[in-house]
Amino acid sequence: MTGQEYAFVVLALVGTVGAVRLVTAKNVVHAALYLVVTLAMVGSIYLVLGAEFVGWVQILIYVGAIVILFLFGLMLTKAPIGRESLDNQQRGLALLVALAVLAGLVFLIQDAFHWGDRKMNLVHNTTGEVGRSIFQHYVLPFEAVSFILLAALIGAVVLARREERE
Amino acid sequence: MLSQASAETYYQSYAVVLAVLAAGVLLVGVAFLAARLIAPHRPLPAKLTTYECGIDPVGQGWSQSQVRYYIYGFLFVIFDVEAVFLFPWARIFERLGYQAVVEMGIFIGILAVGLLYAWRKGVLKWV
Repeated sequence: MTGQEYAFVVLALVGTVGAVRLVTAKNVVHAALYLVVTLAMVGSIYLVLGAEFVGWVQILIYVGAIVILFLFGLMLTKAPIGRESLDNQQRGLALLVALAVLAGLVFLIQDAFHWGDRKMNLVHNTTGEVGRSIFQHYVLPFEAVSFILLAALIGAVVLARREERE
Repeated sequence: MLSQASAETYYQSYAVVLAVLAAGVLLVGVAFLAARLIAPHRPLPAKLTTYECGIDPVGQGWSQSQVRYYIYGFLFVIFDVEAVFLFPWARIFERLGYQAVVEMGIFIGILAVGLLYAWRKGVLKWV
């Protein structure tokens, strides 16, 4: 095994442990913190694979921002903490969905890459390349992103204000 | 995979990041361990109560917060996403010149409208 593969195994193991603890944690706040571990490990795996920009975006946006949003959301709830209140007795269905997702992903990934040891040439300067494709070829989708963010922002303002009046 | 030479420098540059991370974890670990070893341990009921600015704690640890604070978290996420786009933009800025300035200006301008809306609606006031 190369150093990269060792790094991948370690990161994947830590991420998996975090994911298992995430769904078994009794306290929802602890679950959100385990989510940080899993998402950070996914980001680190991107870094090991050489996808530097995606890796840091994963860490900045998911670890930095989405988890903050989760914690804010949890603070809004009157969540009683405990296994009984967190378990909604749908394990069979959950298992079925999880297996279906796994089967779909395995099928898609092996369809795209096959089982062989296929080496691919990745771009060296990923941030610059991402910038070039966004600002030269995909300008319109990029500007559309700002409208989506604007819509989300206005929606949040409207909801927050309506809740307050009630 | 990356070409051999550039892969080498790539992973070497991340070895520094890893070393800083390890040093940070070690610092916190040693500090906690030292505190546990050195500090005297004489618990009293009064010492074990939750510290609430010196006043006797009231109610449960979990209290529901107001929805208006959610908007600050949400604003942070939105402008975090905006800031992420600035990194590839900064890399391409020199090559594209005014075109890049205009593109990013429109993007930030549209988001600024949202911020202006939030400000005008008075949700930015911290109460």
